[in-house]
Amino acid sequence: MTQEGGIAEIVVRHQDGKTPARGALLPILHDIQAEYGHISEETVRELAAALNLTRAEVHGVVSFYHDFNSKPAPLPAIKLCRAEACKARGVEALVPDAERAAAGRVKIETVYCLGLCSVGPSAMVGSDVHAALTPEKLNALIEEAA
Amino acid sequence: MSTEKSIVRISDDALALALGADKVAAAFEKAGATVQRVSSWGMHWLEPLIEIDGVGYGNAAPGDVATILAGSAPSIGRIEDHPFIAEQQRLTFARAGKTRPLSLEDYAATGGWIGLDKARAMSAQAIVEEVKASGLRGRGGAGFPAGIKWDTVRNARADQKYIVCNADEGDSGTFADRMVMEGDPYMLIEGMAIAGLAVGADKGYVYIRSEYPHAIAKMRAAVKHCAHIIAPFSIEIRMGAGAYVCGEETSLLNSLEGRRGEVRAKPPLPAIKGLFGKPTVINNLLTLAAIPWIIEHGGQAYADYGMGRSRGTIPVQIAGNVKYGGLYETAFGISLGDLVNRIGGGTASGRPVRCAQVGGPLGAYVPVEQFHLPFDYEAFAAVDALIGHAGITVFDDSVDMAQMARFALEFCAAESCGKCTPCRLGSTRGVEVMDQIIAGRDVERNLGLIEDLSDTMKYGSLCALGGFTPYPVMSAIKYFPEDFKNRDLTRESERAGEHA
Repeated sequence: MTQEGGIAEIVVRHQDGKTPARGALLPILHDIQAEYGHISEETVRELAAALNLTRAEVHGVVSFYHDFNSKPAPLPAIKLCRAEACKARGVEALVPDAERAAAGRVKIETVYCLGLCSVGPSAMVGSDVHAALTPEKLNALIEEAA
Repeated sequence: MSTEKSIVRISDDALALALGADKVAAAFEKAGATVQRVSSWGMHWLEPLIEIDGVGYGNAAPGDVATILAGSAPSIGRIEDHPFIAEQQRLTFARAGKTRPLSLEDYAATGGWIGLDKARAMSAQAIVEEVKASGLRGRGGAGFPAGIKWDTVRNARADQKYIVCNADEGDSGTFADRMVMEGDPYMLIEGMAIAGLAVGADKGYVYIRSEYPHAIAKMRAAVKHCAHIIAPFSIEIRMGAGAYVCGEETSLLNSLEGRRGEVRAKPPLPAIKGLFGKPTVINNLLTLAAIPWIIEHGGQAYADYGMGRSRGTIPVQIAGNVKYGGLYETAFGISLGDLVNRIGGGTASGRPVRCAQVGGPLGAYVPVEQFHLPFDYEAFAAVDALIGHAGITVFDDSVDMAQMARFALEFCAAESCGKCTPCRLGSTRGVEVMDQIIAGRDVERNLGLIEDLSDTMKYGSLCALGGFTPYPVMSAIKYFPEDFKNRDLTRESERAGEHA
């Protein structure tokens, strides 16, 4: 899908005329990522021109943050928290079976902390959060996402 | 019970939602009840928690609606009288469980905007003096006196100044920032507006991690609803992009400027040259959220709580493998053991507590022998531990501390911004050395390497990510050497069996 048409509009939407234009780069990238699922090479070029930055600068920002992808994600994702508090509540024991069940259909993505640390293990699908995961509950999430 | 008139209160905090609160709320509505969505009391083991006429019903499922409405379901009694709530000293979380998060009416009816109104009648210097008198220290972990930081910004000369709220709460075991944003957003906004008056800033940013979509939505709505109240001060909500290091203040400023979230060298301090090179107050969310109470009641009233140089209250987050987890706000000085064992009820698994990690992924593992430690910045620092953002992650005796030490380094490798070599490369080399230790190869020599590496990371990194990763690693080795040396392979397979 071409991203070029909508980019200029997204850039304009984020300029308030007060703060330096580049300050809006993250909100702009979030909008593009949400709209198109990734941030393409051509988009990087166009953004650089629009914000008076080098392509390297824009590429550097896109590649720095976990939330931005330069290619579309091939599979739906479940974000599974594997930070300390969820480890303390047994998330690692869920991983092998979940990965087997998800293989080739859903990506089990590791995140560090969803702020549900007293009731883990927890996961997020889109912006839906799930806690107190058991093998059955996690499996149901995988089937739903697939 | 007069079920027709009673209002059924259910939290819409993300944690309640993650445990099915929406379905329960829908079931109550279907049964004809009037449902109000409120903030969470912070008794997380009871969510979804239903409150009707002050009485609580824990762990409610859609199937429980009829018995709860009939008054025949088992209850926990009056929520306010529950020991977990009754024993707390809630200043920042005074509204938790009691108000509808986005209701301006509820906020004003519970003392909202009093602090801001008072501040408007005070001089900038007088506001700063109250904050100084309160003894409030940065709640992000560094514990720097907030009043002194504000004074520096107040005295700086510039055409533009900023207030930045650090809501990039990435530490595992913490959720207090999230609960404020989702449960009492106007309190944070009021605190920021007061900060703006104190230093002469008319623009604020709240930088919220993208893992908190519910908090972001609430804050965006709240900022819109109360724009007329805080004007001419204005606030923009910014979403992070999945980088833990952006919780470090200078990385966060770079991120707000549209750059890679790389750490900046200090000086210059953000108070002098912060966002877009302008004088900037950058405070942790809990620091700013404490401000309305302090201005309303006076700095001295806040300073009357606490011990030593740790004044006021601290919203402790009890998490991990714990029976009664949740938000526990109390004056500084309470012991770690009290929090974990008496209030937290020990482990959720029922096995013995082995240790607690205090202060998130960069905090030390504290063994039970040190659970007498009082919650106080200096007392923790004296034993090479830290309070950090006041999260406590409890572990039972099945934890493998060598794996946890390895994870601390793995986490650092994944989240390093790449600026400092000891953090960028040291963390990866550290994971490799830990793998050797876990495999039982050349253990003594490899432990020496880890110690050496920790030292280099500690003194050779600009920020706390590289600089503090040695805390969990070295504390694990120091207090639990049996998990590193002569690793018992039988125990290993036992562990594998347990978790299978």
